[in-house]
Amino acid sequence: MSNPPPPPGTDRRSFLKETAAGVIGGCCVLIPAVIGIVAWLDPLEHDAGNGSLLKVALLDALPKDGSPRRVTIIMEKTDAWTRQHAVPIGAVYLVRNGDTVTALHSMCPHAGCFVDYQPARRSFFCPCHESTFAVDGSINDPHSPSPRGLDTLEVEVRGSEVWVRFQNFRTGSRKKVPAA
Amino acid sequence: MKRAIDWLDDRTGCRRLLQDALFEHIPGGARWRYIWGSTLSFCFVVQILTGLALWMAYSASAATAWESVYFIQYELTGGWLLRGLHHFTAQAMHVLLVLHLMQVIVDGAYRAPREVNHWFGIVLLLLTLGLGLTGYLLPWDQKGYGATKVATNLLGLVPLIGSSLQKLVIGGSDYGHHTLTRFFALHAGILPGAMIVAIAAHVALFRRHGITAKQPYRKPDAKFWPDQVLMDAVACLAVLAAVLYLTVRHHGAELFAPANPSEPFNAARPEWYFLFLFEFLKLDLLNQWFGHQGEFVGAIVVPTVVLLVVAAMPFLANWRYGHRFNLGFLAMILLGAGALTVRSLRKDSHNAEYQIALIQAQAEAERITTLIKANNGVPVSGAASLLRNDPATAGPKLFAQHCASCHRHDGHDGLGIVSPEAPSAPDLKGFGSRAWLAGLLDATRITNHTYYGGSKFHDGKMVRYVREKLPPLRDRDPKALAALIAAVSAEAALPAQRDTETRETALIEAGRTHVRETFACTDCHAFRKPDDDATAADLTGWGSREWVLGIIADPSHPRFYGKRNDRMPAFVKDGRISSTEAGLIADWLRDDTDPALVANRVARTAP
Repeated sequence: MSNPPPPPGTDRRSFLKETAAGVIGGCCVLIPAVIGIVAWLDPLEHDAGNGSLLKVALLDALPKDGSPRRVTIIMEKTDAWTRQHAVPIGAVYLVRNGDTVTALHSMCPHAGCFVDYQPARRSFFCPCHESTFAVDGSINDPHSPSPRGLDTLEVEVRGSEVWVRFQNFRTGSRKKVPAA
Repeated sequence: MKRAIDWLDDRTGCRRLLQDALFEHIPGGARWRYIWGSTLSFCFVVQILTGLALWMAYSASAATAWESVYFIQYELTGGWLLRGLHHFTAQAMHVLLVLHLMQVIVDGAYRAPREVNHWFGIVLLLLTLGLGLTGYLLPWDQKGYGATKVATNLLGLVPLIGSSLQKLVIGGSDYGHHTLTRFFALHAGILPGAMIVAIAAHVALFRRHGITAKQPYRKPDAKFWPDQVLMDAVACLAVLAAVLYLTVRHHGAELFAPANPSEPFNAARPEWYFLFLFEFLKLDLLNQWFGHQGEFVGAIVVPTVVLLVVAAMPFLANWRYGHRFNLGFLAMILLGAGALTVRSLRKDSHNAEYQIALIQAQAEAERITTLIKANNGVPVSGAASLLRNDPATAGPKLFAQHCASCHRHDGHDGLGIVSPEAPSAPDLKGFGSRAWLAGLLDATRITNHTYYGGSKFHDGKMVRYVREKLPPLRDRDPKALAALIAAVSAEAALPAQRDTETRETALIEAGRTHVRETFACTDCHAFRKPDDDATAADLTGWGSREWVLGIIADPSHPRFYGKRNDRMPAFVKDGRISSTEAGLIADWLRDDTDPALVANRVARTAP
């Protein structure tokens, strides 16, 4: 066995060597790590956008008694590398009141579960945390964990057609903020 | 041989390594209470082995994840066993972690100088929970999709960075390919990698400080090998046996229908070991105490505080009653979590809507496997496209959405929900069948809500005919009415009646004569030949697919009700539904749901 090398000195030369070794070694790890992290952060570069107006139903197809009617949103979707022309991406509830229509998002503003309309109770019900909402989307249970009522969506009635701007909103907050 | 080993030992020092690993000193001898760490390591090895095998058959993308898991479950040799073993071992790990933590706290093994090792234990607990959470999504079925949506939305509650964090975790603004690739990278790469590092550190620190032997010693000191190893091996075998038992009993892990963001999934629940948190977030007191911050407090603040207290336990133990406090705290948390889990399970078992949703979800899961088998594989358009084109799946949903405000199907809306309001149009269960027609031609039933009771025809010509003219004709020749019913019902060509109708051609032929002559139906209806003077719905092809499609498309067409149409909209003509959707409703109403036909339809519509 050979003798161990003497411990490093404390002179200026050794300090420079130590610093250089640290910096160079650190760079060797950091550069690929940063490149990887930048790619990982890519989703932050893209916004969800405001959605586009879509024809979703005919006014006459909506019950005149104000019962909500669920409509599947079928639209073009680009998911990373896949582009599909017509896929179901979500659903809205349309509530007719005379010649005006209210569109409610089917996603519970609490944790994002799909809210189902229950005609027998004349209310919306979230199966996850048992929130209930009135037909107009407002919270109708004082113990509801949901921070706000169902999200309304922009609607245009163009003659006999109902057009809706479909977009998602952030869950869990009192304010209705479009999902980024 | 010995020379070869000597050489290897000289170059590597392997004898020393082996000696260090096996001949650890155990004061008081081997004991069953020391097995937990080994069983957990064993579970982790099982997860690595089964996980690698699953990896070789899994494809992480929104278009292929469910499909590849389907293949593992139903086609791959022993795939269900492999997936089941992975699934139930994960569950076993959570149970064993709790037992290990209890043993560590009860025996005081967390106290100085083992603080850092205790923290590594907490890190391992979190990593295991993380693996459970990320693994749940990978099959991309309704259940995993729903649960992950909730979990990632809770992440959005983190102040300031919540929204960005959520976006990074799901790989964009919406759930899709990158959600799966990211979760898979976490599940199969980052978390297991971190786990290996943490286990190595945990074991190294454990060896550094030695075992916390339980006093009083019952036996003389011993070495890890072979006494404790034998006990550990027996315990591991018991864990494996339990996991295999569960796997075989449940025939592997459950696989629900493929994720569908456009439909409600009312059977959404997290995995059982997260139920306590799920139930905790439903507690009223969170809202009462913290208002709209209740969610944030429940999902993030409380779990963090609990973990910090557990992490601080080695320091708390220095206080006079610290160890007792730690024991009490742990007992409180475990009992609380247990009580919440039981509460959640009990509530679900008494929740009829949840139970119906669960049965429907299981039926859908079964249906999709039938469809894939009939198709000899999954089409490129994905398994979800099979369900979308399946009358048995999509038919009742479309019926509930578009038809059930007036019609019923066996008294409900097609999906099992019974409306308190009376129907205003006939119940279409069995429409076109002999039984349905026999009811229509029954004077006591035609004005029931099953038939014309709710419609404007309840005092129309048909009702008057059935009440006044039909009974004497029927009494004169009861067999003639049966033949008429057979003949008109044969127009529907229902799959369920095909065999009977093939046998009874003579009866049907006789019935056709009775339609025209004995009962004079053709005074109002056309039957098997054009009739410009007909004033009622065409009986030619009555109840057939083409006929049902026609009436859904435009009931005011002269062939059907013409100007006398009650309130039924022209669904297809007015663009309320597509002709494909009308076809799905028609096929479902006619119980024409042969899975092979679905496969053909998808093949035709595929790009």
